Amino acid sequence: MTMNSGDTAWVLAATAMVLLMTPGLAFFYGGMVRAKSVLNMMMMSFVTIGIVSVLWTIFGYGLAFGDSGSGLYGSIGLSHLASAVNSMPNNGGVYPIPELAFSAFQLMFAVITPALISGAIADRTKLVAWVIFVSIWVTIVYFPVAHWVFDFGTKHKDGSITGAGWLASRGVLDFAGGTAVHINAGAAALALALVLGKRVGFARTPMKPHNLPLVLIGAGLLWFGWFGFNAGSALGANGLAALALINTQVATAAALLGWLIIEKFRDGHPTTLGAASGAVAGLVAITPACAFVAPWGAVLIGFAAGAVCALAVGLKYKFGFDDSLDVVGVHLVGGILGCIAIGFLGTTTVNSAGANGLLYGGGFTLLGKQALAVVSVFAFSFVISYVLGTIIKHTIGFRITEEAEVSGIDLAEHQETGYEFGLASGSFASRLGSAREGAES
Amino acid sequence: MKLITAIIKPFRLEDVREALVALGVPGMTVSEASGYGRQRGHTEVYRGAEYTIDLVPKVRIEIVVEDADADSVIDAIVATARTNSIGDGKVWSSSIDQVIRVRTGERGHDAL
Repeated sequence: MTMNSGDTAWVLAATAMVLLMTPGLAFFYGGMVRAKSVLNMMMMSFVTIGIVSVLWTIFGYGLAFGDSGSGLYGSIGLSHLASAVNSMPNNGGVYPIPELAFSAFQLMFAVITPALISGAIADRTKLVAWVIFVSIWVTIVYFPVAHWVFDFGTKHKDGSITGAGWLASRGVLDFAGGTAVHINAGAAALALALVLGKRVGFARTPMKPHNLPLVLIGAGLLWFGWFGFNAGSALGANGLAALALINTQVATAAALLGWLIIEKFRDGHPTTLGAASGAVAGLVAITPACAFVAPWGAVLIGFAAGAVCALAVGLKYKFGFDDSLDVVGVHLVGGILGCIAIGFLGTTTVNSAGANGLLYGGGFTLLGKQALAVVSVFAFSFVISYVLGTIIKHTIGFRITEEAEVSGIDLAEHQETGYEFGLASGSFASRLGSAREGAES
Repeated sequence: MKLITAIIKPFRLEDVREALVALGVPGMTVSEASGYGRQRGHTEVYRGAEYTIDLVPKVRIEIVVEDADADSVIDAIVATARTNSIGDGKVWSSSIDQVIRVRTGERGHDAL
């Protein structure tokens, strides 16, 4: 088999698109916090790009896609990316693209997943604690769970497959990461929101988004990048990629409308934040299903996700946990909805590698597998994240001081402020002698 | 001399300013202000969570005038700022002791 230039070009482009989702997420989250926290919120995403990219290159790719034979995690040791320069990935079959392109594409998923968690603990998280959490979390939660779901094993010449993840080998359908990315991040977000506790003044003082245009830019970039996320997961420029792409579009569109309709009837006004949130909820929900359902099924999934998530984001006030930017209400709830929906709407008429759900005469088999994946990924991520978060909390501390939180985390953690508000510009004191001389000349 | 302070709805500023120019008022200081009176604030809803915004944006105009001009300036402001709806604002005047023009050091009436 020789490499296919069309497939390779698409996977390379899709990789860049998925990378763009994390800065997009930074905008989406950054606009939703108060002005005093915008830099820290965006920094949590950006620093995650740094950490995970390095860890992936050292050992992450091996831990996610290597072969330990257990189905629970890949190989322990170095990723050995240099030896993959001329090889093609064998993931349940050989794909005619460079293995390095496959590895880079999967890296971007590993980057955005922990970044998603950051929205639950906005305004109050010590940066060093976040860096430590992300480093350990991707190592013991994301890389293994990616192996469970995304590693379809090595297909040998006799047709046998070895080294697949335990959920992948059971026929769980998750095309682009409803479980490994969204339920995984959502469960960790819930755990950390509980471990860190509420922000000072939660549900008493207004904490309204400081820059909704930034939220909409972020949602737009996420939407664009998500075509790479979902359609790129076909690992080729083909009909499956096109199916994933159109399903991504229509589900997102329907979810946007679903969220707005709930708002119109419940609150009286459809909001821009609702439009952005609905779109993201739709993107989340269609992620696992995008190559297993027909476009009309994608519309149903999207519409349901928009409406259900619009209602779910209110739960934190009922239960009293401060999931600041609704990672649970959007990513956990949307991810579960999408994964379970495949059990009803999955059909082999659009993808022979898929399976028929309940509505296509497939009975409860697929639904059962999907439920198994949802429950196991949620439980694993929640428990490990809760324990890890608690250890960090009681050793180095997970939160900044109350005073720093009230006066603003940007100043306390980064010695920067996001915006220049008039008279606060201060006076100039350079630490560089040459700069002073330059000013005099 | 009187200091006239007017708190008005921001969208009325341009009309008020034009009326004062027509009266011959040579200058004014305008600042953005926020506050509330009888109309109280308003509510905003974000992802279903309702926030009460107590302070409403207003514009504050400050003008120093001769005693004899105070009433006509006040009348002009009130007439042009009025929309007959709640939240139109307030105007008050107070006596002031001294005014100095920074550039020349002129004092009192000469500085107006």
